[in-house]
Order: sequence, then C-alpha cells, then structure tokens
Amino acid sequence: MRFVFKRSYNDDIGWFKHRTQAIYYMVLLAFVVALPWLLDDFFLGEATNVLIWAIVGMGLMLLTGHTGQVSLGHAAFMAVGCYANIIMMQRGVPFIVALPLSGLITGIVGAIVALPVLRLHGIYLAIATLAISVLAEDIIVIAEPFTGGVSGLVAPPIDLFGMQITRYGTPTAFYFITLIVVLAVLFAYRNLLRAPLGRAFAAIRDSEISAQAMGVNITATKAISFGLSCTATGLAGALLGHFAGAFNHETFNIVLSIQLLLMIVIGGLGSIHGAFFGAIVIGFLPQVIAIGRDVTSSLFGFGSLTIPGIEVGVFALILLVFILFEPMGIYGRWLKIRTYFELFPFYRKGMFKRQKSYLKTERTR
Amino acid sequence: MDMLQLVLGGLANGSVYGLIALGFVLIYKATEAVNFAQGDFMMMGAFVTIWLANSHYMGLNFWVAVPIAILIMGVAGYLLDLLVVRRLFGQPQIATVILTIAIGFILRFSAGAIWGHEPQWLETPFVGRELRMFGLVLGLEEVAVIIVTLLLTLFLFLFFRRSKLGLAMQAASQNQLAAYYMGIPVKRIQSLVWGLGGGVAAVAGILFASKGAVDPSTGLLGIKAFAAAVIGGFGSLPGALIGGLIIGLVEPFAAYALPAGYSQIAPYAIMLLVLIFRPAGLFSQVQKKKV
Repeated sequence: MRFVFKRSYNDDIGWFKHRTQAIYYMVLLAFVVALPWLLDDFFLGEATNVLIWAIVGMGLMLLTGHTGQVSLGHAAFMAVGCYANIIMMQRGVPFIVALPLSGLITGIVGAIVALPVLRLHGIYLAIATLAISVLAEDIIVIAEPFTGGVSGLVAPPIDLFGMQITRYGTPTAFYFITLIVVLAVLFAYRNLLRAPLGRAFAAIRDSEISAQAMGVNITATKAISFGLSCTATGLAGALLGHFAGAFNHETFNIVLSIQLLLMIVIGGLGSIHGAFFGAIVIGFLPQVIAIGRDVTSSLFGFGSLTIPGIEVGVFALILLVFILFEPMGIYGRWLKIRTYFELFPFYRKGMFKRQKSYLKTERTR
Repeated sequence: MDMLQLVLGGLANGSVYGLIALGFVLIYKATEAVNFAQGDFMMMGAFVTIWLANSHYMGLNFWVAVPIAILIMGVAGYLLDLLVVRRLFGQPQIATVILTIAIGFILRFSAGAIWGHEPQWLETPFVGRELRMFGLVLGLEEVAVIIVTLLLTLFLFLFFRRSKLGLAMQAASQNQLAAYYMGIPVKRIQSLVWGLGGGVAAVAGILFASKGAVDPSTGLLGIKAFAAAVIGGFGSLPGALIGGLIIGLVEPFAAYALPAGYSQIAPYAIMLLVLIFRPAGLFSQVQKKKV
C-alpha cells in the first residue's frame, strides 16, 4: 500500500501518480521499442495491427469514454482518413505531409458532420451515426473517379528518407511509423485530459445540465470532441490503408464500426488503458481462434472444422460476458484486482458498485 | 399501371420494414431500451418457420407451423429478457444498446451454423397465386403481407391505448420508480414486452420469407427498419408503420428515377434529413413537461 501525498496542483495533474509508476511505463516503452528484435515478421505485423486498432480505440474512447457520445459510425471516418491519404499520395504529396493532413481533413469532416447530428441525444445519436456509416459505403462506390469505386485503391509504398516502406518489405520501419503515431496521439490525449477542454468533456459525459451550469458550451465542446476523435480515427485509417495494401468500400463496412465500439467497451470505457486492452483483444482474437481450432482438431480429430463468421460470433460472446459481468471492461477488472491486493484484507465487494438509477422517458422534457 | 405495380411492391416491402420497426418501437415504448437485434430476431423467426414448415425439414402444415413459430419466438424473447437483458436493469441505456448488438451478432452466427448460409424460401400456400383486379396482377403474398401488417399494427395500437397491460407498459417506461409505486411489476412487464417483440419479429420474418429469400445476414435489414422507426418518430406505433411504408415506397421509385448506386442512399438520406430538421420524427412523441 502506497500513500501519495499531493503537495501542489502540479502533483495532481502530473503525468504519473508517483515515480514507480513512471518507471513501469518507461519499461513498457522500452519493451515496445525493442519489439522488432524480439518477434518474427509475422507477429510484428500483428503487433502493428494492434497498434493501429489502438489509435482508433483512443479516438473513439475520447468521444465515447470521455465525452459520453456514442458513435456507431467511426468506420466511415476511418475511410475518410484512408482515402484522403492515398488520394493525396497518388497526386504526389509526400507521406510525411499527407498523413497529418489526412488526420486534419478527417477531423474537419467529423466536426462538420457532428454539428447537426450532435443535437440529438443518446439513442438517436447512435442511429444517426449508424446511418452515416451505411451512407459512407455507398458514397465511396459513387465517387468512383477518386476512390476507384468497387475495385478500390492500392496503397503506394511510403517514401520516407530515401526508403521505400511497405508492410511486407520493411515491417520494422512500418512498425516504427505506427508506433510514432501511437505515441503522438497518446501524448496529445493524455495532455488533453488534464487541460480545461478535457475536463469539459468529462463534465458533459457526467451531466450535460451541470456542465452547462458551469459555463461549458455543450454543442461546441461536443463538436470539438467529435472532431478530435475523428482526427485520431483518420490517422488510423490512413495507416490501415497502408497496412492492408489494397482496400475498397467493403473494408470500412458497418460491422467494422460496431466492432470499434465493442472494442473499447471490452477494454474498459473511460480510460486510455481500455483502448489498448481492447485493441489487444480484437487484434489477437483471430490468432487465438485459429490456435484453438488446431488444438480441438488434434485432440478430438474433428479435422480442421471451419465455421464461417466464427470470429465475430466469439467476439460477440466475449462482449456479452463483459457487459453482463464486468461492465467496466478489462481495465476495470484490473483496477479491482489491484485494489484487492492493495487493501488486503479490507476489500469489500461493493466498492466499485455504481448506484442504480431508475429510467425515465426521454420523450418528456 | 407500371406505377401502380411499383407502389404495391413498395408497400409490401415497406410493410415488412414497418413490422420490424414496430418491434423496435414496442420495446422502446415499454422499456426505453432499443433492441438493435430486432432485425436478427426477424431473421430467426423466418428460419424457425422455414424449419417447421418446409418439406425437407419438419414438413408441418403451414397453418400449424405459423402459430408455433410465433410462440417459439415469443417465448425466446421473454426468456432473453428474463435471463440476460434484465441483469442490466438500472444501468445506462447504452449498455443495453451494446448488449443487443452483441446478441444480434450471436443470433446471426448461430443461424448460419444451424441452417447454413444459402438463401432459403418459405413454402407458403400463397406462392405463385395471383390476384387479378382492375387489370392489375397482384401477387397474393404481397396482398397478404399488407393486410396482416395493417391488422397487427391496429391491434397493437389498440392494445397500448386501451388495455390495462398496455397502459402499464407505457407507465413503466415513462417513470420506472413511479410505476413501482403504482404496483406495476416493472420487470415482469418488461419481459412480457420482449416476448411480444419476439412474436412481432416472427410475424415479420414469416412475411419476409414468404415473398423473398432469407439468409443469416438478412438481419441487417434492421438498419433500414431503424430509418423507418426514426422517420415515424421513435415511440409511435402508427408512425413506425408509416415510416416503413415511406421507405418501402421510396426505394423502388429512387431505383426507377435515379442512376444506379444512388437509390440505396435514399432511405438513409431521408432519415438524416428527418433527424436534422424534425429530430422527434413525423409523429412526435416528445411532450413538454407540464408543471
């Protein structure tokens, strides 16, 4: 058990709670940087995949976990970032300019889309963003001169400092590009949370009425949150385009939108850690299922039984278990376990229990 | 006459959308939760009926299979609430949204695992029969779909307006705590309405399967039904039906008038317009609180 004494406001808003925690994160950073020398190319590709998921996860976490606005349409914004990046690169813009620009464009598109949509509440917002996700797919097909329509686009290799970087050709370099983007987004996110804007986001999540009473401009703040969220999503989309190599409208379908939301719920809503935990689950699930299939076939001699759609099915089942038994996600469970050992033997069962609330209709205001 | 045929086909399609939307609205009206798995419920209802009625499965008589299928889906809906959804009682709305999305995925997966991914048709007594009227050739199944939908909507509308149970359902959604004080068993009411939602989904599934092929991803049609429910004003039963009919009518005409690719957008574009300019829908259920 450690007691942290905060002597000034700077202690309170510091990056780390105490020095040991800082050391833990430095060790983690060193491990992540050393990863290319520890893994073979296949698993390095998987790790890159997880990092890309984590970038979108952070984007959506900012919106859903910290501002409390549910979006079922983030695949659409991934598509915007992805297509913007590749179209600019095809017109001769260098990658190092195109990547941040694609994030910026997605952010602006997101904020513009958000303004009318964010006047809606809860369920309506979810449905409107769902519609955006469906529309995006059709719009990609219609805008064929730019997007290549149904046949899609092929990502050109990244030209950086005289190197030709592709996912399969130079996995290490691609991994580091992704890692730099992850760290940049993480840095911005963590700083945002301790700035007035981040506090305003949390205030809106907890109660719109009280946030308004404290002088927060609800609509503008939500739109900014949506825009920032889309910026991160666009960056991830751009990287995904390079990671996948070739993509079309079906890459960014509605199932992806839903998976993104489910990812951050499994990770744990309302924490940056949750975005990473969720990304790890979603990134490695296909491998785990493949391994599980091999194990069952060798144990019971089923042959390699392939059931189409089993990944989504297993994923949904995991989600179901989490929503029912651990609504705070993996990170919430970790917090509980840690608290149990820190307070041993004084942990009580109800410590993390939220107060139940009785629903009232939204139809009378 | 071509136009009239288009209208009729659109109305029949719209009826199915309307029926799925009706399921959303039923559950929303009574529990304030939105069942994102309603489309997949419909798909399950269709498959259960096909399994009971088609000759290469159980091969029951159509008129025997239909009530059994409705009953099965109703009980399934009731049990789903009793065993799963009820655990989220008192948690934020969004938890239920995510839960029902997950349930939808699981239903789609299990339907694929049980009945395969090939499209299947329901063998009905109406197939291929035509109704010739005023120089129009109408498929009997299309007429049946429209009539059944109208009757069901009317029945549910009256049920919510007039019956004690329907009023209790509305009360339970408007204010759970106050409903408890009035002696309404809120949790059991919620399970009942989920059962009702399952039954309506089964009817929608039967109608859908009798005029077209079903496969496990048919449930994604639920998104169109969402558009229908939103256009009609979430929470209004006739609104859901009219929203469904609007979407059903818009689709063939958009396909007729617009270049390919644009017509799929039409339903969602209409929905977004309604959401932006009339967020409460055409039949607004939002009332100002009286002090």
